[in-house]
Amino acid sequence: MRFIDVVQFASTSLGGSRARTLLMILAMSIGVAAVVVLTALGEGARRYVVNQFSSLGSNLVLVFPGRSETAGIGPGMLLGQIPRELSLDDAQALLRSRAVSRIAPLTIGSSLISKDARNREVIVLGSTAALLEVRHMSLGQGQFLPAGDVHSTESVCVLGAKINRELFGQESGTGQWVRLGDRRFRVIGVMTRQGESMGFNTDEIVIVPVASAHLLFNTSGLFRILVEAKSREAIAQAKKDSEAILFARHNGEKDVTVVTQDAVLATFDRILRALTLAVGGIAAISLAVAGILIMNVMLIAVSQRVQEIGLLKALGAPAGQIRLLFFTEAVLLSAIGSLVGLTLGEAGVWVIARIYPSLPVAAPWWAVLAAISTSLGTGILFSVWPARRAARLDPVAALSGR
Amino acid sequence: MIEFSQVTRSFQVGDQTVSALRHIDLSIAAGDYVSLMGPSGSGKSTLLNLIGLLDRPSSGTYKLDGDDVTTLNDEQQARVRSQKIGFVFQSFHLVPRLSAAMNIELPLILAGIPPQERKQRVASLLENYGLNDRADHRPDQLSGGQRQRVAIARATSMNPAVLLADEPTGNLDQATGREVIKLLEQLTEQNVTLIMVTHDPAIGGRARRQLHMVDGQIISQTDSAVRDRK
Repeated sequence: MRFIDVVQFASTSLGGSRARTLLMILAMSIGVAAVVVLTALGEGARRYVVNQFSSLGSNLVLVFPGRSETAGIGPGMLLGQIPRELSLDDAQALLRSRAVSRIAPLTIGSSLISKDARNREVIVLGSTAALLEVRHMSLGQGQFLPAGDVHSTESVCVLGAKINRELFGQESGTGQWVRLGDRRFRVIGVMTRQGESMGFNTDEIVIVPVASAHLLFNTSGLFRILVEAKSREAIAQAKKDSEAILFARHNGEKDVTVVTQDAVLATFDRILRALTLAVGGIAAISLAVAGILIMNVMLIAVSQRVQEIGLLKALGAPAGQIRLLFFTEAVLLSAIGSLVGLTLGEAGVWVIARIYPSLPVAAPWWAVLAAISTSLGTGILFSVWPARRAARLDPVAALSGR
Repeated sequence: MIEFSQVTRSFQVGDQTVSALRHIDLSIAAGDYVSLMGPSGSGKSTLLNLIGLLDRPSSGTYKLDGDDVTTLNDEQQARVRSQKIGFVFQSFHLVPRLSAAMNIELPLILAGIPPQERKQRVASLLENYGLNDRADHRPDQLSGGQRQRVAIARATSMNPAVLLADEPTGNLDQATGREVIKLLEQLTEQNVTLIMVTHDPAIGGRARRQLHMVDGQIISQTDSAVRDRK
């Protein structure tokens, strides 16, 4: 029997019982679509987090005050001391490392911003001119914070796009004065609209020189220091140098935490990949169920078509050929099912991408491959038994429908 | 052509052994026209199934064209069925989802004959059996006589040497039945060996050679070699 005839004959028997075929394809395609959509969501979440992290800057090392890994109780704690704060000079000292290209100290607080009768609460970011490049921000109009002495308390500020709109409407606030807390600041620039990143909306912040922020909030400690390494390879060195410099400055006390952005990213990456795998695995169970359904349906098909099988034998079809016919039928079922499922799944992914444009959903190639091979695999595996059963029928009994 | 020597076929029913055929010795020449008659349960169909290689004898030997076919394995027997034997059944056994033409084509497809040759053979069979305008009809759109004509066309599509018919007129009215018998008899003129199981003495009596069976044995033979068949 020619291959094309085998396929054709199997398709006529699929076409012969449409309802059964359609239901089977539906079951198979739901399984495949579930795998595709769920892994696409998981993968989308992973990519979202990865993108968010890389939008924070590249080759970053983050320095926090305090040491989260410290075990037990240090003597300072008994005396009610908080960890030593990170000072601006600490930050400047990091530039001594040859692995470090730029640093941006960061102080954060919230304050009331007002212009004439309009006012609102804003998050105030105290930093230096380097922040623009280190954090990959982009300036819309005017200038960013002036470079120069980090201790200078110039009363200038840069507004987030939304803050500018709320205070000045369509016009640019550059050159105007605003009031932040109890001090007046001159607006020297406006950021471009960037949206949210890591739950932090850069459109709704005000950036001031770090020393001015310290005055405003009456503090001298930094929230964190962003350290940019010279290259990807220099990250590890930058981390080691930062630790060494800060420990030395803090009299050997290890009271800062230095993490690389990559380490944080890798952790998220691992967690979310595991999540994707788990979700995909659960969806794959539905595929296995669909496989068992195929077996069930093929067994029914065998018992419904006993007479036909008897006839085929009488017409000279050897057992192998009958096996092949039923086997092909099951493979066709699962192949069509996976194709339909893939289409459904991709359509689902497309719809999700429309609804949540910020989520980069896309089914990873390995999940698509796994879904198709699982559905084909179960289809093939679970058709072996029915096909063998068909081939083993006794022709005389089969012809009389027994 | 067909030689049975001491062929026995017994079935196990519960803890009892039932002999459907007992020590059959039979030889049928090529181009012969044989009818098998007898009451139900006499073993006619069992004998026909054995001749058609759908069943294996419990003992004895069966030679087809001089070759012992009882020792062949399933696959070899399937090939012999495909090449040498055609079946016509009482209930037609057409595949319901396939058109008349496709049903006729089925043995050719199974034998792996190239599509062009298949089309030619099917076309000439449809022509011969007056089914041209029914080629694309499915079996449920055909009358009983048409269905049996399709079945006969299918049985002869591989040009078999032996045609086995099990009550071919059993599901047909008398007039249609006669037509079908005539078609089958025409085949014997082309040197096809026709073996037909029937209840109907009027039909069985037309055969050149009539075998009467009772209790798994052939009890009598009537040869009417010189007989006007019209």
